[in-house]
Order: sequence, then structure tokens, then C-alpha cells
Amino acid sequence: MRLLNASGCLDALTAPDVARSLDAFVTKTVTPLPREGNAPVRIAETDVGMLNSIGLPNAGREEFLCTTLARVASIGLDVWVSVGGFAANEYAETCAQLRGRDEVAAVELNLSCPNVEEAADTAAEIVAACRAATGAPLYAKLSPANWDISATARAVEAAGADGLSLVNTIRGAALDERTLAPRLGTTTGGLSGPALKPIALAAVFACRRATELPIVAMGGVLSGRDALELVAAGANDVALGTVLFRDPDAPVRIRSELAAEVAALGLRDVDEARGIAHAGGLEAVRRELSRVTD
Amino acid sequence: MRRVPLRVLANEPVGPYRLLRLARGSLDPGTPGQFFMLEPPGRLLPRPMSLCLAPRGELGFLIDAIGPGTRALCTAEPGDELHVLGPLGKGFDLSVERPLLVGGGIGVAPFPHLADALDAPPVVVGFRSTWHAEAAALLPPQTEVVVDPVLVTDAMPSGHDVLGCGPEPMLKAVREREPTAQLAWEAPMACGFGACFGCVVPIDGQLKRLCIEGPVLCDSSTRAAVSTR
Repeated sequence: MRLLNASGCLDALTAPDVARSLDAFVTKTVTPLPREGNAPVRIAETDVGMLNSIGLPNAGREEFLCTTLARVASIGLDVWVSVGGFAANEYAETCAQLRGRDEVAAVELNLSCPNVEEAADTAAEIVAACRAATGAPLYAKLSPANWDISATARAVEAAGADGLSLVNTIRGAALDERTLAPRLGTTTGGLSGPALKPIALAAVFACRRATELPIVAMGGVLSGRDALELVAAGANDVALGTVLFRDPDAPVRIRSELAAEVAALGLRDVDEARGIAHAGGLEAVRRELSRVTD
Repeated sequence: MRRVPLRVLANEPVGPYRLLRLARGSLDPGTPGQFFMLEPPGRLLPRPMSLCLAPRGELGFLIDAIGPGTRALCTAEPGDELHVLGPLGKGFDLSVERPLLVGGGIGVAPFPHLADALDAPPVVVGFRSTWHAEAAALLPPQTEVVVDPVLVTDAMPSGHDVLGCGPEPMLKAVREREPTAQLAWEAPMACGFGACFGCVVPIDGQLKRLCIEGPVLCDSSTRAAVSTR
């Protein structure tokens, strides 16, 4: 199991030590043209999580390819590039321009930002266009707002995705306690943090049933226990989002908590727990194992 | 970059505000105007607070309980531990010849530490009531205090290097009077170290992260304009 950051939840250039404490760094989403992002106020804490309405600010593809990518890569770890756009050909063009850049370990297609207008093309159409443009490992980042996420998972797999990133934030809103006005400048934003964890678990569970694609799971991971549960639901790797805002030392802490959880359960390593929820949990697996060996 | 648990030494009322005094631990107090992220018990995200007092072995924060996070911080009791990250951001440039501190309301929070560093400069502060004005007790004895409806810009002498902190309308009025003033702005922040992009304000015509570029901005072209809350 590798530990990554969720796209948009860490700037490797302002916090290189935090980035280095991960197994791979996922960039902020790169769009074809520069974007200023949404007007403030952009964040609001709620009782169950955090809302953000950042809106994919970035300096655009050209600046990313000319300067940012090399600077991020110089930090010395695997770089996953998060690619965004507003049509399949925009995503594909960025993928094409990333060809030949050895710094890129994988491409994550942001198909699910709740804070910008959605592309008219379906997730599968975008993946197919990008597949034709690049040989790099392609991860499709899906929205948990999808009623049948397993159908989307199968569709992007058929279109050539190499993996799934599950999940992006889900749309939410919060009102000011005194004035009852929306707290975010854009009224709604993406909900992350503890409220997202059960939603992420359900999505990972459903997609693991539907495909054998590697899954990077994220959503409300605050502790080693949270990471373990996502692995048990079928995740191969885990990404940290909101927790990095609260605790930049979270990667180190979560690895150590995970090791303790794994040891307490009598497992060799965390990978031994992968998908175990699908077999009825640890006890059921051990009963079955002892039945077979008897 | 590591947040550290700091022990609460005292939690004292100052007018309507609370002065939270923490054991400093291994943290550096930084430059006046820099801030720390304080993690309120039971909340998901830390809150940015400028350092108010830095006596030996302590870090003091003046807090206005305006929401669930600041309310939770204000109920911390001696002996409790709070996670703290910092110092963060850019503070005041102290190499000024004729400093004058101009502030209002909870914006006076960084001034006691700043006044110490500048060896008791002249201070003009404004409050909405005499109760709020009790916070002036933390400032040098010659501090000039005005209370609503009198404005700090009515009381502020000219010909000084102004260092300001306060509500947004006050900062804008001060900037009109003294375009080269160093002003400490405020914005909601999730992280404090450039990760979340939540705290952007217009700086030089672009939305930039206040936690990285500020919170003290001194370029006269800055036009920070987010609602402060």
C-alpha cells in the first residue's frame, strides 16, 4: 500500500518535506488555460467535515509543462499529474503534451470536481480520448455522487483506464450561524473529511466488486484505522486529503498507526487485509482458512 | 513541519475576549504579525491566530469567540493540551523609523508582541465599546484608545510608519490615509502553509494565498478584500 495526497490538498513547493513523507505526490489539477479559481470565501468547516470551493486555480498547462513539473519533480518522488478540462479533447491534449516527460509516474483524470462546470463528455469518453493520447498509467478519479459508481468503473475500465481514484468530494453547503447566508462564495462546495469516509468505503467496495483495477482510495482518512478500512474494502493505495490541512505530519503518523493496527490484528502487513471485507471480514477468512487446512 | 501539543497554562478574560496562555514548548515565537494554527478540541480544522504575547516560555493568544472553533479554544482549561503549528506566514517588517501601531477590535491581538519588539511605539486603537476596550490593558500605557463612534483614523497622527491590524473597513480607511502602511489582513484558512488555497485575497490583481504572501502585506498595490469573519 502506498500513501499519496489527494489532488489539491498539498503544494509540494510550499511544503516539500510533507510531500517527501508520501510515496507519490499528486499535483493540483492542471487545466489547458490558467484559472484564477473561485471567488472567496472558499472554505468552511462544518460539524462533520470541511467544505471547499477552490475551483481548480492553476497556472495552466503551458506554465505547468515549462516550469512547475520540473520543479515538483526535483523534490525527488513519483509525480502523478492531475489533469482536468471541460471536454474530452482538452484532457487528451494535456495527456499528449505530457508524453515523453519521464517525471510523470501516472496521470489522474479529474472527472469529478464538484466546483466547476462538468465536461459534457462522459467519463468513459474522456478516458478513451486520453488512452489514445498517452501510454502513461491512467487513473480515473470518480465522483461519489454517481448513483451506480460500479457502472462508471466498468465503463472507464473498458475505455482503457489503468486504475481508479475513489472518491472526489461530494457537493454540500453550509449557512452562517448568525445571518443564515451561505458561507461559501459559490454557495455550494465539495464536502470532505469524516462525513466522506462511509461514502468512500461504499464506493471502494462497489468498485472492487465490479473491476480488478487498482484503486487509490480517499475520503475522510484521519487515522491509520481509516486507511486500513479502505484497504479492507478493496483499495490498493490510500490518499490523504483534509487531514493534511490539520496535520502536515499525518503521513508519518498514519503509517505508524497503520502498522500498530495491522500488528494488533495479527496480520503480516496491510496488504494482507486487502479486500478482506468482501470475504466477510477477518474472522470469516480465518475460519475458512482453518477449515481448508484441517 | 510538525504541529506540537502545547499545555494550556491559563485562560483569562480580557473584556469580551480570552487570553489563552500556552507553554511554548519547542516553538519559536517568530516575528510579530506571523501566525500559528491552533487546533480547537473536537473540531476538524485548526484556526489561524497571530501571536499576542511572547513572555519567556510562553505563547499567548487573544481570541474572540465568534464561531464553533474559537468558542472551543476559549473553553480550554489549564492543563489541557492544544496542537499548535507555527510560526507561519510573513510578519511585520520591524525596520521602520517612526512606527505607529493602528488597530481595532480583535485586530489588536498582535500588538502587545509587536509593541515589545518595537520598544513601546505610539499606539492608536479603536473598539466598539468600553468593554471591548479593556483589551487595551495589554498595550503600552501611553496607548490612545477611541471608542465607537470615534474612528482610529480620526485619532491617528500623520508622519509615521503605520503598522495596522483590524477589521477590513478600518484597514482600507488606514490605507487611504497611509498608502505605504503595513497591514495584517485576515482570511479563513484550513492549513496555514499553502496547501488548501482557501485563504486567497486579491494581491497585485491576482488571487494569492494570504498564508504565504501575508498575512502582513505592505505593497501599496495590494487590495485585499475578503470579508473578515
